[in-house]
Amino acid sequence: MSATLDVRVAGIGLWSPRLPGWALACDVLHGRADAPATPLPRVSPALLAPTERRRAPDTVAIALEAAARACEMAGIAPASIPSVFASTHGDLPISDYMCTTLASTPRLLSPTRFHNSVHNAAAGYWTIGTGCVQASTALTAWGDTFACGLLEAASQAVADGTPVLLVAYDVAAKGPLATVTHSEGMLAAALVLLPGGPGTGSLPAAAPIRPRGLRLALRAGRAGNVQDAGHGERAAAGAWAGLVAGNAMLPCLRLMAALAHGEAALLGLNVGRGCHLELRLEAGT
Amino acid sequence: MTPLAVSAWTATTAVGRGNAALLAALEQDRTGLRPNDFTTEPLETFIGRVEGIEALAWPAHWAHLDCRNNRLAWLGATADGFADAVAAACARHGAHRVALVLGTSTASIGASEEAYATLGTDGLFPPALRHAELHTPHSTGHFLAQALGIDGPSVTVSTACSSSAKVFAQAERMLRLGLVDAAVVGGADTLCGSVLFGFNSLELVSRTPCRPFDPARDGISLGEAAGFALLERADAPGARDARAWLLGHGESSDAHHMSSPHPDGLGARLALEAALRRAGLAPGEVDYINLHGTASQMNDRVEAAVVASLFPAHVGASSTKGWTGHTLGAAGIVEAVVCLLALESGFRPGTLNARSLDPACGPQLRLAGEHATTHIALTQSFGFGGNNCVLAFGSAARPGTARPGGPRA
Repeated sequence: MSATLDVRVAGIGLWSPRLPGWALACDVLHGRADAPATPLPRVSPALLAPTERRRAPDTVAIALEAAARACEMAGIAPASIPSVFASTHGDLPISDYMCTTLASTPRLLSPTRFHNSVHNAAAGYWTIGTGCVQASTALTAWGDTFACGLLEAASQAVADGTPVLLVAYDVAAKGPLATVTHSEGMLAAALVLLPGGPGTGSLPAAAPIRPRGLRLALRAGRAGNVQDAGHGERAAAGAWAGLVAGNAMLPCLRLMAALAHGEAALLGLNVGRGCHLELRLEAGT
Repeated sequence: MTPLAVSAWTATTAVGRGNAALLAALEQDRTGLRPNDFTTEPLETFIGRVEGIEALAWPAHWAHLDCRNNRLAWLGATADGFADAVAAACARHGAHRVALVLGTSTASIGASEEAYATLGTDGLFPPALRHAELHTPHSTGHFLAQALGIDGPSVTVSTACSSSAKVFAQAERMLRLGLVDAAVVGGADTLCGSVLFGFNSLELVSRTPCRPFDPARDGISLGEAAGFALLERADAPGARDARAWLLGHGESSDAHHMSSPHPDGLGARLALEAALRRAGLAPGEVDYINLHGTASQMNDRVEAAVVASLFPAHVGASSTKGWTGHTLGAAGIVEAVVCLLALESGFRPGTLNARSLDPACGPQLRLAGEHATTHIALTQSFGFGGNNCVLAFGSAARPGTARPGGPRA
């Protein structure tokens, strides 16, 4: 039994200091606009209470921004769907803070920073900010984090017949930790996946775009042998990559760039030591 | 849902390595908690520390993966012949058709803490800790996939104290969809400064051994543990006989607060109802519930009220945190194993250290353990961020269900 999962991408969000928003990112990719010459300050998480906005960690701010924009594009109420949050390293600045404080004055550890140190902090703030009581999860799989998050989001969508939000993000490493754990800048990407292949089911009334079919399959072996079929997709991701260089969530860019292009694409992303996720994205309109 | 076969399981906690040690401690009311001897900076509390982690012979070729969490995971995965059962499953199904879905909260942050405490004058980590795979939350999943020879998807769920309960739900979806034929689920969490001083900063740590559901309870005791289970589709070619069944799971969010439960137990209730619905069970069919029961004032009051309002009096419920301490990201799997042992052995543990029961508790709450045939057991896990998960397990001998192809849901 070798299954395929059919979903449709109905909403997309992207935020990075030099790619602040999906529409601009698409324009940059197509050469219609320039990326901001200097990185923008991080977004303010409008979903949170005013007192929470300023002190929310960067991880939470960028994840919530991408998530909110993806739901908006899909025309789906955030409170109505389950969510999958994927981050390679979680909140690296808080890890640096915790380790620094524990090495000197452990009794002075901040309770707020401690509860924000959990890997599901962004997921927690998302459900609190949107009033969402649906299931929410937080994953990591080191270099395969985006692919494993996508697999779980698509699995939830198909297994339970529900739209699912996927949010993938990483921020810069800080302090001594940065000498072994490498991540720079900020990058958050979000997708709303609908269950079923092209033409299945009904779309949310407000959906402003035609969702693109995405077929996932698990294949034996590592992904090195899978060719990118999308014309120019590799080069395009490279152009973006220069604007988000060094971020641990870079593996999300191949699918995001394929989504920004109209052509059909075939991608392979590793999810284990001896298997990969094969992605077939249908052409857009 | 179609039940999944649970064909092997194991847990290693402060009461000892493997299932027999856990069951014996539960039957004999023998706690694994002891005065804190873990932190350099004194902290007056009791901890559930696992023996044998430091003394474990660690292979030289795994030197770059050497940390307390990986050691505990390996100590746990090699108990009860579990690693052999995984190898056999990889041989039966193909290693790429076996997934690893691991839960953890601490991961190996203890190794990063150690590196910061022993930084060189150059500001760099000591050479033994200069390995990227030790300082990322997937560290133990990365290690175990290699160590157990699993080639399928390898992923870590990290949703605080519900982590290693949610792994059952994620693995069940992968199996239901035919993405894989078997899945190793479980988790490992180790004692470290982050959690001891972190929970201390929230004023949630008791100075005495934790007393779940006691009116005089004053906080949690932290512990460490590793546990695992092997899940297989009953209809997969070569699937072994079920020792028990995963009947259902329910996941929800509180949408309330990062570190306090919803005052009315909204999320807990939703997760419970979802698990029962998925399993096709009525509340009265449940024999035993292993509660989250951390011994924090708030959790126990809210959880007791939810159980009192949803279940009839004959359903037994207890917390086993008094034996193991709160093992955080490993609590889900440890308490799943407590349920699986109850189904197999017929022993339902009581609630250790509590002398009387909070007025919020209904007749379901049991202080003393009892021997009673148990066919259906639930376990509840609630984490920071308002992240909830409830699992439902059925015995292999559940009446009318022990037949090839699995039980009717």
